[in-house]
Amino acid sequence: MDRFKTLQDMFKRYRRPGDIVFSVVFLLFSVFMLSQIGEQTVWKKGTKLFAQPSFWPAVSLGFMSLFAVFHLIGSAVSPRIEGRWVEVGLWLRSLEFVAWFLVYVAAVPVIGYLLATLLFAMLLAFRLGYRNLKWSIVAVLTGFAIVLLFKTFLQVKVPGGQIYEYLPDAWRSLMLVYF
Amino acid sequence: MENLISGIHILAQWQVALALLVGSVGGVIIGAIPGVGAAVAIAILLPATFSMEPIVGLTMLLGIYGSSMYGGAIPAILINTPGTAVNALTTYDGYPMTKRGQAARALSLAYSASFFGGVFAILCLIVLSPVLAMIAPHFGSREIFLAALLGIILVVLAHRGQIFAAGMLAAFGIFINTIGLEPVKYTKRYTFDQGWLSSGVNLIVVVLGIFAISQAFALLVNKDESPEAKPVSGSMLGGLKELMGHKRVAAASSGFGVIMGMIPGVGEFTAQFMSYTYAKKSSKNPELFGDGSPEGLIASEAANNAVPGAAMIPLLALGIPGEALTAMMLSVFYVHNVIPGPQLFQHHMDFVMALYIAMLLLNVIVLIFLIFSTNLLTRIIQIPTRFLGMVILTLSFVGVYSLRNSATDCAMAAGFGVFGLILKRLNLPVVPVILGMVLGGIMEVKLRSAMARVKTPLDFIDRPIAAILFALIVLILALHVRTVIREHKERLSEAEIDHDLHDSQQR
Repeated sequence: MDRFKTLQDMFKRYRRPGDIVFSVVFLLFSVFMLSQIGEQTVWKKGTKLFAQPSFWPAVSLGFMSLFAVFHLIGSAVSPRIEGRWVEVGLWLRSLEFVAWFLVYVAAVPVIGYLLATLLFAMLLAFRLGYRNLKWSIVAVLTGFAIVLLFKTFLQVKVPGGQIYEYLPDAWRSLMLVYF
Repeated sequence: MENLISGIHILAQWQVALALLVGSVGGVIIGAIPGVGAAVAIAILLPATFSMEPIVGLTMLLGIYGSSMYGGAIPAILINTPGTAVNALTTYDGYPMTKRGQAARALSLAYSASFFGGVFAILCLIVLSPVLAMIAPHFGSREIFLAALLGIILVVLAHRGQIFAAGMLAAFGIFINTIGLEPVKYTKRYTFDQGWLSSGVNLIVVVLGIFAISQAFALLVNKDESPEAKPVSGSMLGGLKELMGHKRVAAASSGFGVIMGMIPGVGEFTAQFMSYTYAKKSSKNPELFGDGSPEGLIASEAANNAVPGAAMIPLLALGIPGEALTAMMLSVFYVHNVIPGPQLFQHHMDFVMALYIAMLLLNVIVLIFLIFSTNLLTRIIQIPTRFLGMVILTLSFVGVYSLRNSATDCAMAAGFGVFGLILKRLNLPVVPVILGMVLGGIMEVKLRSAMARVKTPLDFIDRPIAAILFALIVLILALHVRTVIREHKERLSEAEIDHDLHDSQQR
């Protein structure tokens, strides 16, 4: 019994709720990827081991799986910390913001960087609970400042929106270059 | 001397001066806001710097890197919330000083110690440069491979208490770097016949996802907070004088910062731990540590600010980044076809000198800026956290999208954002993923070219530097096993373990 306790102690570490869920998923991912090594990489005949295309994926996935097993054992033998599924729920809540982000990404080539950014900033601020006029103005101004900094001054590559095509010539070129 | 003068010439362009000013002032502001660190800012700005001259882009990023920790000390001292992860130790002694009504003294001391650490590291770099220029050319493929391997091992072992997690995440980084079309035999690796995977997983996309977008998500899914800091009254100049009374602690801490910064994978936390322990052991008032000790504050701030300068040594001399921020900067070098490594020291010493001078200047600019603007910064700290999350998400879009206008990149970055959020919530380290990606790439290339000339395994370490590096690897692994056994014998009982103690990965 003492011996088992000692083994448990060896794997103990600072943990948070939800650790075991992550450990299981990560181990499954590692083992699945490792099982695909024959399918997803090529073994070239007459090539040295270290130059084989499958050498580094095999090494990395091998270590990934090995460490993931240890990590899972560490989780499994440590006392449970309450709040596992609340924590997983919180991870899943982030998917809502992934959706917000992807809608923003899809909107930029259509309605243009400026308009998409202003709308994104204002609507997301509203969603987050900043619902008075003051915060809406702050959100719009922040969005405008970001566009001004990156597109107008730093000239980063963000293409113009499709709706810019409907603008008068002079406005169109201005919007395409700066906003 | 010639190199120094042509270095000054490189810097004497208005674009460089502007980049230095924007980078250093921006870095302080970013560092002062809890929830945005230098990593978030550098990740977002990275693609924007690709269109700039290499020296302009690098100066700006270096400015942010070197100055964020100055800013991070402000909320650490005033509201007990570190602005960046490496200011966590500053709260131990800074906040008790504020509670005693010595906020101005603590801030001034922190700025002075940071300045001392920053300048000390750069002076070490300048003094060491001729030595580096001499040693660097002796690093061939096998030496660089061994140095990168040493870096990976150190980054895993440096995460005490989380070694298995750090190991699997570093291996994950190496793995995702292998995805796509490999450049030697032109075969596909782990693409699952998906077109979007054949060009591989871009480092910048991962960096933006795991540092910036994950931080935005972390702020967005949590409750809204608005940290409140009271304005500070009193002179900010007294610290320099007080620092002179603690020269020994400041110099030793900066020394630890330089040594730990130079070793890939080790970084600020180890440097701070060592300098704080040293300062406490050698202090006349060790009981004050953790309760408002000026020496403790100096040890923390001088050590963390000495690291950025020192971390440039392996990056510039060998092309090996020691931590996440230098790994990001490496991509700026690559984009401009400036390959850091032995050749850089041999052929572009003026460029290296220009970077050193820029780093020296940034410390001066930041100190002057802080002396006059601390109270303005206490107001910036008060941005509500969820609003800040929205701003980071908006900025992350321009970071990812401007890379190659790809919606797929954005989706991948969002995926890595969720992954980063989970790691943050679990207090697991994200840095091993990035270092795994970068060092994995270096190891693959260098091992392949090194093995072409190696007949027997012993040939691999028959050169002096390779032998030293190999001996170091063996020694570090052996020492680690010894420490694990010793710690295991002196372990604490479950009730004594503080599970909230190490939350450094959550900031």
